[in-house]
Amino acid sequence: MSLSVSITINGEVHAIDLDDPRVTLLDLLRERLALTGAKKGCDRGQCGACTVLVDGRRINSCLMLAASLDGSEVTTIEGLSSGNALHPVQAAFIEHDGFQCGFCTPGQIMSAVGLIAEGHAGDDPERIRELMSGNLCRCGAYKGITEAVLDAQQAQKSGKRKDAA
Amino acid sequence: MPADFNSTPFAPLRHGSNAGQSPTRRDGVLKVTGRATYAADNHPEGMLYAVTAVSRIARGRVTSLDVATAKAHAGVVEVLTPANCPRLAHDPDVKMPFFGFRIEVLQNDTVRYVNQPIALVLAETLEAAIEGAALLKPQYAEKSARMGLDNGERFAAAAVGVGGPPRTAHGDIDVGFAAAAHITEADYITPAQYHNAMEPHAVVARWDGDHLTLDMPNQALAPSCASYAAYFGIPRENVLIRSPFLGGGFGSKAIINGPQMLAIIAARMIKRPVKLVLSRSQMYGPVGHRGQTWQKLRIGTDTEGRLTALQHLTTSATSSFDNFLEPAANASLPLYDSPAILSEHIGIRLDTGTPGPMRAPGEAPGSAALEAAIDEAADVCGMDPLEFRLKNYAETEPGTGRPFSSKALRECYSEGAKSFGWAARPLKPRQMRDDNGLLVGWGMGTAVFHCPHFPAAARATLRADGTALLETAGADMGQGAWTALAQIGAEALGLDPSNVEISIGLSSLPDGGVAGGSGHTASAGMSLHSAGKDAISQLTEIAVADPASPLFGAGNIGVVARDGRLYRSDDDKRGESYADILARAGRSDIVGTAKSMRDPAIGEKHALFSHGAVFAEVKVDPDLGQVRVTRLVGAFAAGRIINPRLVRSQYYGGMIWGISFALLEEAITDKRTGRIMNPDLAEYHVPVNADAPSLEAILIPESDPYLPLGVKGVGEIGITGTVGAIANAVWHATGVRVRRFPIRIEDLVAG
Repeated sequence: MSLSVSITINGEVHAIDLDDPRVTLLDLLRERLALTGAKKGCDRGQCGACTVLVDGRRINSCLMLAASLDGSEVTTIEGLSSGNALHPVQAAFIEHDGFQCGFCTPGQIMSAVGLIAEGHAGDDPERIRELMSGNLCRCGAYKGITEAVLDAQQAQKSGKRKDAA
Repeated sequence: MPADFNSTPFAPLRHGSNAGQSPTRRDGVLKVTGRATYAADNHPEGMLYAVTAVSRIARGRVTSLDVATAKAHAGVVEVLTPANCPRLAHDPDVKMPFFGFRIEVLQNDTVRYVNQPIALVLAETLEAAIEGAALLKPQYAEKSARMGLDNGERFAAAAVGVGGPPRTAHGDIDVGFAAAAHITEADYITPAQYHNAMEPHAVVARWDGDHLTLDMPNQALAPSCASYAAYFGIPRENVLIRSPFLGGGFGSKAIINGPQMLAIIAARMIKRPVKLVLSRSQMYGPVGHRGQTWQKLRIGTDTEGRLTALQHLTTSATSSFDNFLEPAANASLPLYDSPAILSEHIGIRLDTGTPGPMRAPGEAPGSAALEAAIDEAADVCGMDPLEFRLKNYAETEPGTGRPFSSKALRECYSEGAKSFGWAARPLKPRQMRDDNGLLVGWGMGTAVFHCPHFPAAARATLRADGTALLETAGADMGQGAWTALAQIGAEALGLDPSNVEISIGLSSLPDGGVAGGSGHTASAGMSLHSAGKDAISQLTEIAVADPASPLFGAGNIGVVARDGRLYRSDDDKRGESYADILARAGRSDIVGTAKSMRDPAIGEKHALFSHGAVFAEVKVDPDLGQVRVTRLVGAFAAGRIINPRLVRSQYYGGMIWGISFALLEEAITDKRTGRIMNPDLAEYHVPVNADAPSLEAILIPESDPYLPLGVKGVGEIGITGTVGAIANAVWHATGVRVRRFPIRIEDLVAG
């Protein structure tokens, strides 16, 4: 059995023949396309480490079947920046030490990028904490994460782009 | 010539030092761009996927597996069961020297706990392997599960934790209690907890003849290589472990476990690389956890509020087949001055996976109970909890009288209290409400953690262009080894960290010791410091013997290394660059090496501890019993701080673990079956961002004249103190003492 789907990933169109309908978007990215930035922490949509953007919305890629994504646009952590220039959220995570082990970080950052684009949080740290709570961090880097999201949002609003520290 | 580092204690270098500053993480860009490579990100050609099938019973035997159906599933290549699993060169039920554990590797059909691997399915795709494992339909001969105090077998502990004493007595406890005006007695229960590092245990194993290469998260590279070599009957140098990044460890990745072993066996048997990644639920069994404890505290106090006796008895749960016991009662040994202290442990065997070290093993549950009991004793004496702690401040180590190598706990108390606003705290509970009518409570706890040191080796290579390469097989599980170790090495070399490259996380490098016990920065850092000094000393020998050098003949006066140049120590204008010295000598590099271990006499003569004070504010809904931690202030003194930015992150993380311990995390077991009912991240609660309150970590300056580099440790102390502080704040808000962790809504509503 083969399912043909066309998915645009980080701006590049992929014509994919899926040999198995059970393949999730996360496993497609990680095991078949060598895009290992998104991480598998639970495979149940409980931890957020696999967060990517699908058509601009943040989703848990472990809960989405690849076969359902024909015609979709997917952005992963690998597609967030190009060359040496970091996305403002990436730079802010470094500056505010918004991670330790780094395993949840791609998901946190994609979630933050989605959150900022959605415009729900404003400048309210409490709202940011609440709306970033789908992404677990066992190291407990939440203070830095919240500060990084706040900082990146303000930087984007003022049109400034910060380099990595 | 290797530097000797068992030298006399020395003052930390300050002049020209980069350490003590706060560069961001050197691995930061890799981590924020998704390019940091964790074990499961590897995908060698020809690789097979492995998935374990796990037991659903807690005790008994597997009587049958439907291997034929599993193998018939498209993509499944092989199924390992006890029937066809190769035997190991070393019996996995015989413990390896130094901190080995008994593990299950399909050597027989016995089941000792739920989630024990009972088969391994190999397939061309992950999907096929998962399906194959689900098709095995295991049948069991089941025995009843022993899951609690009522049916677990009690035993006298030979040791607790990692070789700790099961019983310690100072003074006469009966005399102490006889002298007491008040005796406070309380029982505490702490649950089984699971590390739940975000990165599940994983391995990509490949064999090339009898050479084994492993991509795996690993906190203890050198000991692991030796163990794998013994299990597989190959020379130790044939094992290469690559572990550049660990997605969290917390103790669970320092120990060899069965599932990863199975993947290695399979790779050898099938002659293809094999990747195994445990599912989240499969981590609730074979990869360690923090064992349950039942603790009894008795505190005698005189009419002045001084301790007359402190007794701490812990019953610690372990598995039916191994002996790791949470050394919780020993948390009462180093902190409060008392003429009589007794700490005792007994073990109880349950049908669970074997517990192991989990962030602050012993200290976390022990401190939770001790700090809550101290709060109760202060209340009995009618004293403010901080005043009570100061009254019983230990000027020297309780019982032994040894001096502390350094102890700035008074400053932690005063600075923490000041920042928190502790002075405004009403003595009695249930006195404060916020504008929304929520009950507000303030509590505190003392934090303490010991300072272990592990043997470590390192290499520091000065290169012709004046830059350097630092190498040690250390491990960064998030604490910041890539950054802090580079800072220490660069300082010893007199170089800016930007001119230093560092390589860690590879077992072929000099043995960097174990990333555990909050001792990695001190231990691996010491070896890098010594290797750097060795390189500089070799460079100096060349320069002072070279008539063409401005340093010629400066051997007696000495030279200093700074900013990539050597200078005469008596003349800042006479010096030259490392590159020039090397070039004239025709050397492409100079290799400094070191093996380091702290002089044991330092620890024999002194008590070595980091200290801290944690202050917590909670708000409790008076009708619903819902608790929120709204503020945490921790002040910590941990010797010399290499990188304040990363150290604050360690404290914040530890304090958040404290919130988790106090209010959230707990594995809930069905006592009839031994199954854990919440083996996932939705129902085993760990803090989310919204659970993390306003956090403040205050770095109290502390100079330790005895410890190498003056460095203590910061990775685990943040949990200690915090749990008790929160429990005490809950009491202060509500007037209800909850002595079972985590504190639940029903405990408060029932009152």
